Amino acid sequence: MRLSGRFGRFGGCHVPEILVPALEQLEAAFLDAQQDSTFATELGELLTHYAGRPTPLTRCRNLAGNIYLKREDLLHGGAHKTNQVLAQGLLAKRMGKTRLIAETGAGQHGVATAIVGALLGFETVIFMGAEDVERQQLNVFRMRLMGAEVIPVESGGRTLKDAINEALRDWSASFETTHYLLGTAAGPHPFPTMVRDFQRVIGREARAQMIEQVGRLPDAVIACVGGGSNAIGLFADFIGDDVRLIGVEAAGKGLGGAEHGATLLRGMPGILHGAETYVLQNGDGQVTDTWSVSAGLDYPAVGPEHAHLKDSGRAEYVGATDAEALAAFKALATGEGILCAFESAHALAHALKLAEREPDSAILVGLSGRGDKDVAQAEQLLGPSA
Amino acid sequence: MSRYAAMFERLGREGALGAFVTLGDPDLQTSAGLLDALVAGGADMIEVGIPFSDPVADGPVIQAAALRALNAGVRVADCFELIAGFRAKHPEVPVGILTYANLVVARAGFMRDAAEAGAESLLIADVPALEAERFTREMDQAGIEPVLIAAANTPDATLGRIAGLAKAYTYCVSRVGITGTHADGEFDGELIERLEKAGAPPPIFGFGISRPEHVRAAIRAGARGVICGSAIVDLASRGGNVTELVRSLKAATRNDSGPQ
Repeated sequence: MRLSGRFGRFGGCHVPEILVPALEQLEAAFLDAQQDSTFATELGELLTHYAGRPTPLTRCRNLAGNIYLKREDLLHGGAHKTNQVLAQGLLAKRMGKTRLIAETGAGQHGVATAIVGALLGFETVIFMGAEDVERQQLNVFRMRLMGAEVIPVESGGRTLKDAINEALRDWSASFETTHYLLGTAAGPHPFPTMVRDFQRVIGREARAQMIEQVGRLPDAVIACVGGGSNAIGLFADFIGDDVRLIGVEAAGKGLGGAEHGATLLRGMPGILHGAETYVLQNGDGQVTDTWSVSAGLDYPAVGPEHAHLKDSGRAEYVGATDAEALAAFKALATGEGILCAFESAHALAHALKLAEREPDSAILVGLSGRGDKDVAQAEQLLGPSA
Repeated sequence: MSRYAAMFERLGREGALGAFVTLGDPDLQTSAGLLDALVAGGADMIEVGIPFSDPVADGPVIQAAALRALNAGVRVADCFELIAGFRAKHPEVPVGILTYANLVVARAGFMRDAAEAGAESLLIADVPALEAERFTREMDQAGIEPVLIAAANTPDATLGRIAGLAKAYTYCVSRVGITGTHADGEFDGELIERLEKAGAPPPIFGFGISRPEHVRAAIRAGARGVICGSAIVDLASRGGNVTELVRSLKAATRNDSGPQ
């Protein structure tokens, strides 16, 4: 490896030996692409004319306080996932791979991977926990419509973590022809560095838009954290600024119990899916089941750079419960006419709390995805009259 | 002399048969009996998996075994007790632990506990040579011999690193994939030559060894031994005669020991 792949004590490349050459090849392709202006040009064209960048910065007109939304919900595919999926798709082409595999939880990353598979002509296979396949049939159908094969994973708890296990197992046998298009800024090096760099367009645009539209930087930048790719993409260009960075984890049914996905708040340092990072686990080191109303935050580890930002104190991490997220989801719908993803609603929930305490602070919220996928669940939870 | 070194010396040109089971599968008592059954069949070395919730290097058979053990409430401490019990009965047979990094970092003194229980070696499936040094240093201090994996696609520079860090044996993977992958009977003699040139510990093939002809092919390719895991675990889970299977595999380590 040419880079250390470490963020303080976190990160690294903890995979079976057989996968190390595949990750070295990926790191080399990533570093070469960064030096190659044709890569940047092609990616830029796709982001602009295919995906719809730049995304707007929207000031909330009716919610209390001074809240600005970075509108990744308006990106093609319906979430920030498309940014880095297009980039990894181009990298896979450069490496001469013909097949893409990916894991997905709620199905957003699976849909994004199916999009790039169709666009760039890959055979595409999506691993999805069998439990999630049942819960997210619409996204499963979307992936299949775009030509991807969806494989339900029956092992373990049959959710996202098991889908990642299965994707890693497939890749151990298929890496010569196959690129593993990991969906977040987690996992083994070089994924955390690479995915962050492909997602930092979110923060770069938002920073320039704040200066242009508001005339100053925000006081606080808030994003939800599951694996952490939208948060690290939004944070990256603000790390050197005097700006509070706040990651919001899924507090689920409450941090007092076990039904949450608050890895940084309740986990312990460990090693999972290739990275040294915080992990929700029992005293023996067995990884525990997580819970969140939003499938995208339902993950027992977290990107290693967030682990480092937490320990170094540069970013703070808080939780929002299912109920708080749902209330924020509804407030944004009725107040601003925007249906956001349940994941993004966690970030907004904390922004609303902060705005109440600090009505004059300019708060930038990463609205990472749109809420279409959650509408049926929202109807169940809120009742048909909402 | 370590138990592995003594074993290789005793065997001479005969191949070593390693037999793998997951500890605590399906419960502690059955698991203890299974370990004895492996020795009764003639296993030269015992490899034991400490069950982990997310075994990414394992195929369906070993995954299911880990799940059975965890569902039975088996803890890491129970696994060390099983090893200690085995050690008391079988003082000479080397015991190697195969597990995953999160269990090792979660337990302060994992290596020391493993050594005190009587284990000889430790292989951490998701720690490649690149990340191994901090672990092998701790193993050296605790008196546990590090085992690292070498695959056909592992470059020479990494084999050199393995030679510098590993002790008991080198766990060779001749083909891509995960445990239980169906073997095609092809074992990579070139990997063995490259390991020898690098000065790595004796090569032992794992992954996809389920029948006597696989054992013969591996030994013929120059391996000093083989490890059979999924076939044993699968047979045990169906109530089959594990001692007989081990005996047939062990016999195959002798067949090709003479000139062709």
